[in-house]
Amino acid sequence: MLLVLSPDQDLFRDTTVRLLADRAPLSRLRQLQTDPAGYEPGYWTAGAELGWTSLLVSEADGGGNLSGDGLVDLSIVAYEFGRHAAPGPLVDTSVVASALSRHDGEALKAALGEILSGAAAACCMGVTPWQPNRPATIDIRRDGDQLVINGTARPVESAGQAQYLLVTGNAAEGPTQVLTPKAAPGITIRPLKSLDVTRRFAEVVFQDVRVPATAFVGAYGGAADEVARQAQVAAVLLAAESVGAMEAAFAMTVQWAFDRYSFGRPLASYQALKHRFADMKSWLEASHAISDAAAAAVSANAADAAELVSAAKAYIGEYGVELAQDCVQLHGGIGVTAEHDLHFFLRRITLDRTLYGTPGDHRQRLADMAVGREKAA
Amino acid sequence: MSAEMNEPIEDVEAFRLRARAWIGENMGPPQRGDLVRYYPDDAEELAAVTRDRGLQRRLYDGGFAGICFPRAYGGLGLTPAHQRAFNEELAGREFPSRLTVPTFTPCAAVLLDFGTEEQKLRHIPAILRGDEIWCQLLSEPGGGSDVAGATTSAVQDGDHWVINGSKVWTSGAWWGDYALCLARTNWHVSKHQGLTVFIVKLHQPGLEIGRIERLDGSTESCQEFLTDVRVPDSDRVGDVNEGWVVGTRWMFHERVGHNSPLVTMAAGAFRGGSGEPYVVRIAREGGQLDDPRTRDLIGEARTLDLVGRHLLRRLALGVPSGKLSEHSPAVGRLFGGIAAVRQSTIAFEIAGGAAGTWAEDDGATADVGMRFLMRQAACMGGGTTEISRNVIAERMLGMPREPSMDRNVAFRDVPRGPRQTATTEA
Ligand SMILES: Cc1cc2nc3c(=O)[nH]c(=O)nc-3n(C[C@H](O)[C@H](O)[C@H](O)COP(=O)(O)OP(=O)(O)OC[C@H]3O[C@@H](n4cnc5c(N)ncnc54)[C@H](O)[C@@H]3O)c2cc1C
Repeated sequence: MLLVLSPDQDLFRDTTVRLLADRAPLSRLRQLQTDPAGYEPGYWTAGAELGWTSLLVSEADGGGNLSGDGLVDLSIVAYEFGRHAAPGPLVDTSVVASALSRHDGEALKAALGEILSGAAAACCMGVTPWQPNRPATIDIRRDGDQLVINGTARPVESAGQAQYLLVTGNAAEGPTQVLTPKAAPGITIRPLKSLDVTRRFAEVVFQDVRVPATAFVGAYGGAADEVARQAQVAAVLLAAESVGAMEAAFAMTVQWAFDRYSFGRPLASYQALKHRFADMKSWLEASHAISDAAAAAVSANAADAAELVSAAKAYIGEYGVELAQDCVQLHGGIGVTAEHDLHFFLRRITLDRTLYGTPGDHRQRLADMAVGREKAA
Repeated sequence: MSAEMNEPIEDVEAFRLRARAWIGENMGPPQRGDLVRYYPDDAEELAAVTRDRGLQRRLYDGGFAGICFPRAYGGLGLTPAHQRAFNEELAGREFPSRLTVPTFTPCAAVLLDFGTEEQKLRHIPAILRGDEIWCQLLSEPGGGSDVAGATTSAVQDGDHWVINGSKVWTSGAWWGDYALCLARTNWHVSKHQGLTVFIVKLHQPGLEIGRIERLDGSTESCQEFLTDVRVPDSDRVGDVNEGWVVGTRWMFHERVGHNSPLVTMAAGAFRGGSGEPYVVRIAREGGQLDDPRTRDLIGEARTLDLVGRHLLRRLALGVPSGKLSEHSPAVGRLFGGIAAVRQSTIAFEIAGGAAGTWAEDDGATADVGMRFLMRQAACMGGGTTEISRNVIAERMLGMPREPSMDRNVAFRDVPRGPRQTATTEA
């Protein structure tokens, strides 16, 4: 989380926190665990009114940001989403909105309008350039003035709630992205079980789904750069979100260490435990630092953006989970129960680690970049 | 002073461009002695020290020494942003690596905080010119973590002080010029109440300097024996028996270490080297660049590098602005120690069988084994990582202090281990 917020960012953060505390407190999220969307009606549109959906969208398209760095602004929302274990399709909708804002086309802009207002949610799939061992599973081919989509994608966040799907698939000419309404015939959505009880994931199956050839996002067969960009945006948001969840889990556990007594002393008085808190604090501060650095770099399209994104995903993925599990350990038995709130954050951090590249995937990318540079030198 | 305040400060980017041009013409590539601290003989080590002094002089003559030091003492009076720009421009170049720590910080930093006007005028410009190398006489044979438990004694004799005792682990004392020395001036009050800090000339009668051989063969570490060393009262830093006021800031500056805005160093070039391209070089030399396990380790080393760099930036921004606790440098120290240890292990792992035995001309791989043996030094020098953890838990998180046997007791009555030879004064 940024050390210094502008007055605008501060206010925005504040209103976001108030909305989350009001509409999605943990007590409410507990009740919504089995709800298909995971949030109450009106929650998402209220967030959209605050600006959650518009930060990555140009003013010409009806969006706008606070600081000139829309992704940095949005990372504040993502951080608060993590800190509150908030529900809703923040990551996917943001990725799709930013993609639609970068491209022209009447259908795209119409969809963008619905997304901005919160009337529609969107999800994206097949954007896994960081998982070379899991090849793309969707094919797109041209048939006259139509495109035909076949294949399966999973996990897709919020596919059940979304009205629009941004599909990344392989065409003979190269990676291609198309936007399709979920209502198109031939699309089947099957909910998946997930570690996180506040977010929803599904498998999406395309069987000869036909969309008009005007639905491209970017060029037919030429979506590689766009896809890479989208993946960076998603990774930045997931990293910020995980840092927020780490912060919440840590704060909760520090408080517990003061309140819980053993052998007539608070847990916080045992050096063996104090040192573990100190280690966690260093992981947490390091995670803040790399998450903010990645957001700023991607927002500015900096030369080191790809490296910082991978460092953030690799580090936060690994140490976020270590921190959360250590918090569980320091809670003792209550830590592995659903009664305590800690599990919301453990779940969030753990699932985020698996999305858009695991720490191992990102270490491979960092090595590719480091070795590539070495060979070039 | 008023002239300094009225003049507009040079724009950082303009400064950067000026620095870039100057560095391009004046600072060459790093040499072996800049990265490795092991020397087969003293003559070679002294030559490296002389070279560092010359590099500092070059910075001074070029108008780039002491970027954040006040102009009254020969500095440029600019901001941490200027220093960072300069360090970034210096990336991949030679720089006076032996002067960064402890000369510029914590020593010069402590002088700026507590020195008298006369002390600052005498020493700061000399430091900026490369004429003075400073050391820290802090740790003692009886213990280094409990810094305030110093038993080296100083007794007043007219307008002088007479110092007796021993200090140890002093990096570079045998080729250094001056040191800050923490000594006990009152044994009848509690530990923190009876300390005083002095400036001590390292080469003088009564101050014997021994050498300690480290695991890697380096003899940079020294042990000093002080016998009736006389120091004028004008070389006292801070008030008598107020040494812990100075000591607290001293420890702070020490934990900030290379991240201090007072330090000029090539960005990314930490003395012993960083995780990259060092680990990449080790992998290439061993023909392991395409091995998937090696790639994972390279990625991990690279992650720690990038995260460490941005953590230090966050601390450098957050501490002065008050957004982060003043004790936060302990977080950077802890992270840095643990990351360095892991990176040593990674290099050792990548080098595999080549790390245990080597020939001098084996390239970067020749150093890997020794660095691994010396691995834990990164978690000791500058205060151990355990002490950093205490600081984080107790000062930042507000957890209860450890029980101790030395509070509210006259220091002479504090229990001491057998190795602590207190030269108790009446
Ligand atoms: C490369 C290097 C350079 C150095 N340079 C200098 C120098 O220039 N000047 C100088 O004065 N010193 C220097 N030192 C010394 C260094 O500061 C000390 O080694 C360090 O502070 C630890 O002190 P010690 O060695 O006496 O260990 P001790 O203090 O005896 O500690 C032994 C072990 O116990 C742990 N421990 C001690 N107290 C506690 C506690 N309260 N809670 C938990 N754990 C504890 C320590 O962390 C350590 O693991 C240097 C050391 C190294 C390795």
